[in-house]
Amino acid sequence: MSATPPVSPEPVVEVAGLVKDYGGLRVLHGIDLTVARGEVVAVIGPSGGGKSTLLRCVTHLEPVTGGTIRIGGKTLVRDGIYADRHTLREACLHMGLVFQNFNLFPHFSVLRNLTEAQIHVLGRTREDAEARARDLLAKAGLATKESSYPCELSGGQQQRAAIARALALDPEVLFFDEPTSALDPELTQEILGVIRGLAAEKMTMVIVTHEMAFARDVADRILFMDGGVVVEQGPARELIDSPKVERTKAFLRRFGG
Amino acid sequence: MFGTLTDGGWAAGQWQMLRPMLLGSVVSLEVFALTLALSIPLSIPIAFGRMSKWAPLRRLVNGYLLVMRGTPLILQILFAYFAPYYILGVSIYTRFAAVIVAFVLNYAAYFAEIFRGGIESIPRGQWEAAQVLGFTPAQTFFRIVLPQVVKRTLPAVGNEVITLVKDTALAQTIGVAELFRAAQTISAARFSVVPIFVAGAFYFLMNGVVSVVFNHLERRLSYYS
Repeated sequence: MSATPPVSPEPVVEVAGLVKDYGGLRVLHGIDLTVARGEVVAVIGPSGGGKSTLLRCVTHLEPVTGGTIRIGGKTLVRDGIYADRHTLREACLHMGLVFQNFNLFPHFSVLRNLTEAQIHVLGRTREDAEARARDLLAKAGLATKESSYPCELSGGQQQRAAIARALALDPEVLFFDEPTSALDPELTQEILGVIRGLAAEKMTMVIVTHEMAFARDVADRILFMDGGVVVEQGPARELIDSPKVERTKAFLRRFGG
Repeated sequence: MFGTLTDGGWAAGQWQMLRPMLLGSVVSLEVFALTLALSIPLSIPIAFGRMSKWAPLRRLVNGYLLVMRGTPLILQILFAYFAPYYILGVSIYTRFAAVIVAFVLNYAAYFAEIFRGGIESIPRGQWEAAQVLGFTPAQTFFRIVLPQVVKRTLPAVGNEVITLVKDTALAQTIGVAELFRAAQTISAARFSVVPIFVAGAFYFLMNGVVSVVFNHLERRLSYYS
């Protein structure tokens, strides 16, 4: 009874005025994004609209040009100025990222893909790391695959392993960069099912996706991005079913909603 | 031929030929092992220098690679031995040490280019996945990238190692008594080409071992594709 953790009012992800230039070209024009604990946010929009760049900036894979990013209460960058290396790493440990191309480590077994960072980054013992990994692999339906190598798995299995690998570090927020774009429709459903399961467990997630029906069902909120700005955002069903901005309507019409 | 009988028989005569050659092959093996042990570790920072975003470093490394790969090793051996003497006026090291310096600097250049190709062939996603999981750049390189580079570059590295076995013969340029020099000396003394062929068999045998080792390594690393 007394173990109920206090509900943190602090958002897990806070992005304010995020600006990103490539060469002389501005690809993100001041993005604001706040994600509360347990919230699922989907980011949709045409290719080249800045969705992936936003995700890559927030996960510290790309340096920002300006703006502020806070993850799990730790400031990654404030007004375009990055925190020291120690704080950066700490902030990064609060988040996980699932890639379009899985990016599993081909020379490690599935189990070792899940344990390596637990042991060498978090400093867990091998026993603890393996117990956690086996737990996650069982949940991902990969219990029999722990000693397989990534090249022996199907695309869907690889992506499930990649999701498990990210979860093994107990991130506070999990980012997905078009997690089903490299998969056929059947495997896509398989992965969307896994993400649905995580949403049910109140995992905080930000998902860049082209799966509109999925975004509508699973996300609490949807951002529609185009031309490096958030064109429209709102509750998931509302945005998909009755978008207000003309640009959003045109985009969704082409998906034949 | 009959003369050798009085010196203790045919076998003893053969031993007189083989003994200096065996001693020479030990020197060859020393040059081989030291060059490998020192040039491979040295080649990794060179490869990174070549890929550096800092132009002065990249240019410096480029110049080094150009000289090492653009001039004969035999000349580099002479330079490594005589240049310190002419510049400083004293011999700062032995002939053997000069040979090692020249071989290491030369082979590190070739290995660096092989490893650079290997490192650049690893998809960016591997670095990114490791970074997002919280690995430091050093951990990412040694745990994630390097093992994959080793697998990919093994055939090219095998080529270099085989070439190195034969290149050790160049150590005689400044009078280091390695296998081929021993063979030539005996050959001259006996008016016979047999020692030269025996030396050839030595190199062939050594490279047989190298091939077996590399085939074994490739098989061991073939558990993933």
